[in-house]
Amino acid sequence: MTPPPPPSAPPAPAGAEPILAVEQLELSYGSAPALHGISLAIPRRQITAFIGPSGCGKSTLLRCFNRMNDLVDGVRIKGDVRFEGSSILGPEVEVNELRKRIGMVFQKSNPFPKSIYENVAYGPRVHGVKRTAELDDIVEKSLRGAALWDEVKDRLHESALGMSGGQQQRLCIARAIAIEPEVILLDEPCSALDPVATAKVEDLMLELKKRFTLVIVTHNMQQASRVSDWTAFLYMGRLIEFGRTEELFVKPREKQTEDYITGRFG
Amino acid sequence: MNSPIAPPPTAAPVRAPADAPARRRGNGRALIWLCGGALAFNLLLVLAQLALIAWNGLGYFWQRDLVSFELGDGRRLLGEVHAREHFRPADHPAAEELPWRIQVKVANREHTGADFVWIEEREIVRRAEPADALHFERSEWGNFHGFLRELHRGEQLLASGDAAWPALLEQIASAERQREALLDVEKGPLGDVQYALDALRLDRRRLELDAPAADERARRTAELDAREKQLDQEFAGLSERIAGLRAELESVRATCELADGTRVELPVGGLLTALRPNEMSTFDKLLCWGGRIFGFLVDQPREANTEGGIFPALFGTVLMVFLMSVAVVPLGVLAALYLREYSRQGPLVRCVRIAVNNLAGVPSIVFGIFGLGFFVYGIGGTIDELFFPEALPRATFGTGGILWAALTLALLTVPVVIVATEEGLAAVPRAVREGSLALGATKFETIWRVVLPAAAPGMLTGVILAIARASGEVAPLMIVGMVKLAPALPIDHHFPFVHFDQKFMHLGFHLFDVGFQSPDVEATKPLVFATALVLLVLVVAMNVVAITLRNRLKSRYAGSAL
Repeated sequence: MTPPPPPSAPPAPAGAEPILAVEQLELSYGSAPALHGISLAIPRRQITAFIGPSGCGKSTLLRCFNRMNDLVDGVRIKGDVRFEGSSILGPEVEVNELRKRIGMVFQKSNPFPKSIYENVAYGPRVHGVKRTAELDDIVEKSLRGAALWDEVKDRLHESALGMSGGQQQRLCIARAIAIEPEVILLDEPCSALDPVATAKVEDLMLELKKRFTLVIVTHNMQQASRVSDWTAFLYMGRLIEFGRTEELFVKPREKQTEDYITGRFG
Repeated sequence: MNSPIAPPPTAAPVRAPADAPARRRGNGRALIWLCGGALAFNLLLVLAQLALIAWNGLGYFWQRDLVSFELGDGRRLLGEVHAREHFRPADHPAAEELPWRIQVKVANREHTGADFVWIEEREIVRRAEPADALHFERSEWGNFHGFLRELHRGEQLLASGDAAWPALLEQIASAERQREALLDVEKGPLGDVQYALDALRLDRRRLELDAPAADERARRTAELDAREKQLDQEFAGLSERIAGLRAELESVRATCELADGTRVELPVGGLLTALRPNEMSTFDKLLCWGGRIFGFLVDQPREANTEGGIFPALFGTVLMVFLMSVAVVPLGVLAALYLREYSRQGPLVRCVRIAVNNLAGVPSIVFGIFGLGFFVYGIGGTIDELFFPEALPRATFGTGGILWAALTLALLTVPVVIVATEEGLAAVPRAVREGSLALGATKFETIWRVVLPAAAPGMLTGVILAIARASGEVAPLMIVGMVKLAPALPIDHHFPFVHFDQKFMHLGFHLFDVGFQSPDVEATKPLVFATALVLLVLVVAMNVVAITLRNRLKSRYAGSAL
């Protein structure tokens, strides 16, 4: 089955300059291609969801934004990704600086084996914040921002590994916002959480949208339709459809998208 | 699947499947019994060994009663009964029951020739436990068994008969104070003067090597001469004081009677303790037992290691293992970090890893020889030439010493640390590393702040194994600085306080020396057990410290709140 060619020009989000722009991005792991000529624009201070079946390349695309693919041997990339207008794929790009501006939350919560406080303070410390008062302030603000403060304020210096799964994931979000990024990438953040914890994280995302640009990869189409403003459907390394979430879910332009969101395959 | 363990009898009966016999054979119950049996057997062996060592080692310090024997041939003995066994005399008729013999520690080595004698029970005519039987621990010639008769100072009679015993105890207490005073002078001022004289000799030699101008040389020589004269005077004064203290110690003498009636005179200054074991209660003996164990741990050895304590050996072992740990941790951890985190995993790194693993299997004496050639002669010799030319040809670092021994053992144990650290590093999940990198941390920051702390328990496991191995290692140390007797500790009050070039004693070698190099093996056998016990306890103690540290690290961030 050959999917139809993707839309050649990224649809311009209404009313805002895109913060991230992907142009004809191709990526392969060794000889195995993973992304084919993807172009899209991520609107500022909105939630963009990537959906699609397993192995369709949505996580790979997400990991291009903060260059996490650098860690994989034998990755080859063509095309371009622009962040605030400048390319981020070149060797001259300061990757650590980029990752400070584009934070990430992973599929499986991965708190450091340290105290809750140290987990949140880790990023600011790495980026040079040394004063205790300032760190205390950042930790409190970030934990409040992740709606975790009231639950953990009395045990900041206990191990982060003693928290529940949902709390750990929100701690990872707090850790990500502690360094004040501009974009937060979320790679299936709720796939290991129960519905209650998932609801909390989703509420949190809607709250975070006011300050950050969010890009979320999800398997869960209800989640995409609940939280996102824009949705991209990827299939076999190609962008099939990208548009406003309500349009994509109600009136998909492509047959494949319709099949997928109605559960006929995937 | 059927469980390998039979269901409890109270459970509802389960209908056996049609092929039950075949499956029962295959369900592995026999294997479980075999495994459990093997484990139990191993544990039993270890426990039995520990019990044997502890019983014999701790029993050595217990004061037994003194028994006097009168034998058929008129001989009289006074001693402690140590063993009783059947034996087969040369002309023994096969049908009759074997006779008993007992082993008696008669002490009085200078009179009897040997500490222990065997006597046949059927030869004993009379057997008694006289209340006034004496047990002396002496600084020379081992123990003394006999009866106190008189106490003299020079020609003057101090006490005799029943009054002699309390008087003797008093004299022993004052002699102990005098001995301490003597030791203070010898170790303190006298040692300082000797140290200064040694330094002076080196200064003279340095002057020769410097070869300065004539007037400068004359000035410095005059200075040195003046200092030497002063030191010589001090030395003479101290020698006189020491001679006086010695004479004082010699002046009081106890007249004692041996079991066979011979009278002997013993200088009270040479008596360390005096006991009347047959008058002591069990509680007294228990106190005495504890005191002796304590003394064993903190005293200097006497009589070519066959008596006294083991303190220098204990101290040397602990210090050496400590230095070894300090050396091996950075070496092993850094090597493992490079191997696991930075190097490209290819055939070369695989070869290096195999080589490291094989290094752990190299016989330890080979490391000793390498240490001798590389550290002692190579590095030590170079240090001597560069920094201590005035002491040559006497070697300072170019001879075996505690530092070289520690480094040799560090080389020996570094593979263990590398392997354990690598495993610890490999166990840190990739997700945690990615989490750190995604926050903008560099690879080094990630390793330093996240990976290393998380791998710390693994590293400590390596250190624990290294300590366990190093504290039991003897062979390589014999050629890089371990000696039979080194009463001076590597740490003292002379600058620079820690003397890494000094030779040291080690419990492992002490064990060998006491057990197999001493003239009277029978007498020192219990010491072997006692020393072995101390060595075992030491190894266990060092491991417990390291394990506690590791567990604290582990529990600090484990999910303890849940």
